[in-house]
Amino acid sequence: MAQAFVPKLLGRSDYAIISELIEPNTRVLDLGCGEGELLDWLAQNKNVDARGVEISGQRAQQAIARGVSVFHSDLEDALADLPDQAFDYVILSQTLQETREPLKVLRDMLRVGRRAIVAFPNFAHWSVRLAHLFTGRAPKTKLFPHDWYNSPNIHFLTVDDFESLAAAEKWKVERRMFLQGPRKVAILPNLLAEVAVFLIRK
Amino acid sequence: MITETQLVRFDSISLDSGVILAPVDVAYETYGQLNAEKTNAILILHAFTGDAHAAGEDKETGNPGWWDNMIGPGKGFDTHKYFVISSNVLSGCRGTSGPGSINPETGCPYAMSFPPVTVADMVRLQKMLIDHLGIQRLLAVSGGSMGAMQALQWAVAYPDAVAAAIPIAGTARHSPQQIAFNEVGRQAIMADPDWNEGNYYGKRPPARGLAVARMVGHITYMSDQSMREKFGRRLRDQNQFEVESYLRYRGSQFVDRFDANSYLYITKAMDYFDLTSDRTSLGAAFENVKSRFLVISFTSDWLYPSYQSLEVVRALRGRNCDVAYCELPTNYGHDAFLVNVAEQAELVRGFLASTLRGVAR
Repeated sequence: MAQAFVPKLLGRSDYAIISELIEPNTRVLDLGCGEGELLDWLAQNKNVDARGVEISGQRAQQAIARGVSVFHSDLEDALADLPDQAFDYVILSQTLQETREPLKVLRDMLRVGRRAIVAFPNFAHWSVRLAHLFTGRAPKTKLFPHDWYNSPNIHFLTVDDFESLAAAEKWKVERRMFLQGPRKVAILPNLLAEVAVFLIRK
Repeated sequence: MITETQLVRFDSISLDSGVILAPVDVAYETYGQLNAEKTNAILILHAFTGDAHAAGEDKETGNPGWWDNMIGPGKGFDTHKYFVISSNVLSGCRGTSGPGSINPETGCPYAMSFPPVTVADMVRLQKMLIDHLGIQRLLAVSGGSMGAMQALQWAVAYPDAVAAAIPIAGTARHSPQQIAFNEVGRQAIMADPDWNEGNYYGKRPPARGLAVARMVGHITYMSDQSMREKFGRRLRDQNQFEVESYLRYRGSQFVDRFDANSYLYITKAMDYFDLTSDRTSLGAAFENVKSRFLVISFTSDWLYPSYQSLEVVRALRGRNCDVAYCELPTNYGHDAFLVNVAEQAELVRGFLASTLRGVAR
């Protein structure tokens, strides 16, 4: 069922997929860019104009020290400053579930960027369903390792949730890729995908 | 690194006030080597009371430069890689023309007849120096506090001559609080009878007024926490607290190296600096900028609070400029850019390296 290994990039399969989606010589904004590893790789290997936003001061410092232009800020505030269509791609990797207003963030991403790349953990993965069913507690799995009281995740979504939001918002899904560990998932993504990566545009 | 301040004289400079100042001297120092393509030059811009001696040991006095922890071999501004230039600002008192300079028409010091000077004028003179050195485009301009204002002015006034700007602990315009502190300093000087309407050269200078002005300044450069850590309520002797003794010492020391009239001119230049004047918004000021930016502020800096740096960053981002920003955690207050430099140096190092890669590309 699961098939095709995804080679890792900087130790992460989702980075490998995201980097595949990005055309060379483009303008890329990474929201929640951490220490800027992905942006640095894209700048060096795809000659992209790379910018980032990172809320952690320490990680923002690391990213800037690496030579990446990072804005030390909350990403939801950071989007508001930017003019329309300033970027070719706006990346939000594994952070959508942590935002206060995810829909506003997604809309803003598509205002600021021509395309958005959104990667998120799938709350409908079978391991999460089973954990919930059998423990009767807030699911705690490899994918969602936190206790309910210290989790950064405040909005839980599934592959199907994202698909229906995209339809309702009339976003065009140009690519959708699903991962279970290092493998691509070809069928039943809502059940089998741990991580979903969507490339969308208005 | 042994360094020596050099002097260059230009025939004249035309100022924002409409006055033409002739001649005009600039004191400057350089560190490191200019590369053959002349793409590795960095201009350092000093804060209010700084001077051209930014790094190394002065050849005569042996004194270290005011940013010696940031500039030198292997440091944030790495003189193995970059050619670093530092000059004294116009209306200063450390070699560049200012109120203490001799007016060739009278043979006496200008004193208060020295023309009013703006931050834009300071930068105009720096541009003349850079042209004189044969550099078309600086890799970077950088400075803290008033140096940050000059860095912003450079990016706005000479967009083709700056690849990157690094304004640290600065602002696009003074707040009323900043103007107020400057005014207290000015009034302290002018209330000293020795000030004598600025005509004290060759006589007793307004040392008491200038020292008080400096004491106020020093309070604003520290933070509540750094003062508690440094002085507590310790007594120096029966009659004075440690903090009082410190401020008096810094005040009296300052009088030996700074001219009271320069204090008046430079604080006025800072207070009138406003990138938004004659424009609809700060964003409009940045309409033509082409450089990248690294903006740094400090958590405990209450004189130039982070919101002022953020205002600049947000306006630049609104123009889709390439800007990196970080607020560094520190207890040192505004002084942090001078004393707490380890993290700042790492940011500068990485930012400059990627700027150089971009310029070379």
